[in-house]
Amino acid sequence: MNSPRASAPALAAPSGGQGDPTKRDERWQIRVRGLQKTFGPQHVLRGIDLDIERGRTNIVIGGSGQGKSVLMKHLMGLLKPDAGQIWVDGEDIVPLGTQQMGRLRRKFGMVFQYAALFDSMNVVENIAFPLIERYHLSTDEIMTRVRDLLKRLDLAGVTGIEEKFPPQLSGGQRKRVGLARALIDRPEILLYDEPTTGLDPVAAKNVDEMITRTADDFGVTSVVISHDMASTFRIGDRISMLAGGKIIVSGTSEEVLASRLPELREFVETSGVAAAHPGAHP
Amino acid sequence: MSTASVEGPSEPQLGVGAALIDAALTPVRGIFSYIGDHALLLGLALAALFRKPFRLRLFLEQMEFVGVGSLTIIVLVGFFSGAVSAQQAIAALRIFNQERFVGATVGLSLAQELAPVFTALMIAARAGSGMATELGSMRITEQIDALTTFAVDPVQYLITPRVVATVLMMPIMTMVFNIVGLFGAYLYAIFLEHIDLGQFIEQFTYWTDPKDYIIGAVKSAVFGVTLSVAACFQGFNVRGGAKEVGLATTQAVVAGSVSVLVSDYFLIDIFHILWPYKS
Repeated sequence: MNSPRASAPALAAPSGGQGDPTKRDERWQIRVRGLQKTFGPQHVLRGIDLDIERGRTNIVIGGSGQGKSVLMKHLMGLLKPDAGQIWVDGEDIVPLGTQQMGRLRRKFGMVFQYAALFDSMNVVENIAFPLIERYHLSTDEIMTRVRDLLKRLDLAGVTGIEEKFPPQLSGGQRKRVGLARALIDRPEILLYDEPTTGLDPVAAKNVDEMITRTADDFGVTSVVISHDMASTFRIGDRISMLAGGKIIVSGTSEEVLASRLPELREFVETSGVAAAHPGAHP
Repeated sequence: MSTASVEGPSEPQLGVGAALIDAALTPVRGIFSYIGDHALLLGLALAALFRKPFRLRLFLEQMEFVGVGSLTIIVLVGFFSGAVSAQQAIAALRIFNQERFVGATVGLSLAQELAPVFTALMIAARAGSGMATELGSMRITEQIDALTTFAVDPVQYLITPRVVATVLMMPIMTMVFNIVGLFGAYLYAIFLEHIDLGQFIEQFTYWTDPKDYIIGAVKSAVFGVTLSVAACFQGFNVRGGAKEVGLATTQAVVAGSVSVLVSDYFLIDIFHILWPYKS
């Protein structure tokens, strides 16, 4: 890992950390136990055990169709599991009703794979949307916060950015506007769904830097769903691999690279990351 | 690498008799399921109408889209429908030498049938398809999921304004169709067929009542419910990509049009029991 934030505590057990998940833990912000989800005949999640570390960049890797996005949607309560529990700061979110879930979701911000910006709104309206929906703020206050975020995410210099509509933005700009929208209400946890998908290597690296900088500047817990191994080892403090509907390994990048699990070896070797990391298990 | 796409427990095997019954009941179940799903969406949309926050801007935007946006096509279709109705009515009435009834004939048929049904079909084709496409695109690009992440109820935000706006605008657009249709009939009858203007107006005012327009307005409001719910349901439940959005748009127009014609049959029966024709 290249980041100076690489001092993540070592944890190799797939089931994650110790301690009572029903109590708020200083280290683990989200804890998942025995999560199962079935769609018709497809048994997508088959007992996920996962711990998300507070204030760190947590990455869940896995191949296409393994259920990474399904797992992420469970973390935010967009899907209800068939079995299992999810605790966020010690609160079991599975039994929560719509209103309680709405309160809980204020802790979260989500950056979608293709940004999911509202086509009918311009950049400012997109970013301000959570504030407009949740609070009665003055236009001046909203604009101050929007412009501050545009500046911090290097978007302020783009000519006419505020009035542009999503189709007029580049892929990278869209991701940044999506991130600004997710950050505007100051969430504690940021979820990124495949943030580098569809971007060229330079843009992907810029998005990686954006994720790292956001985590540092805003002190948020980041959960990144990805199959981009280069990106994963650039920014990940803690990496978990999802395969066969379960988390098969969790730990720092060094621990993950040293793993002998065949599913992980295949994934790492195919991506070419092993060659770039001397510590990788041959 | 093992995959998550593992088959679940297999379905229990049915006997031949049970399988036949099951096959026979499948279409029935499909119809009930279809009606039930749409009724559920309508119920959720109506329940959300009375829950805060009230977003007036969204209702006005949709009213503009459904009403103002459809005005040109309604005027165009209304004018020619009225003129063609007059043409056909005069041709038939001429057999009995009763062309003077053309105003009444066209007025009645426009008020109760042509205006509400044609308006509904036009709105289903223009606004209904637009709703299905927009909602379908929002679904496949995760914009609807994004709404949920901000604790915004997508039904309240997207469906309720569309259904309410269509229900409110349908009677207004139907009245526009009536007026323009009568104008078309008037121009054709008076200037091309030289029907006496006094008789045209006298027969029209004698045979048509406000209740004919009330029936037309109520019918059009009901059509507004059926076509907007059909369009929203198809768009809101799209799964897949651009192809599925296109399919949903087609289904929205077909389902909306069929629901208009089917409900028209039952509505006209109900209204004729409540308010029989003048004799």
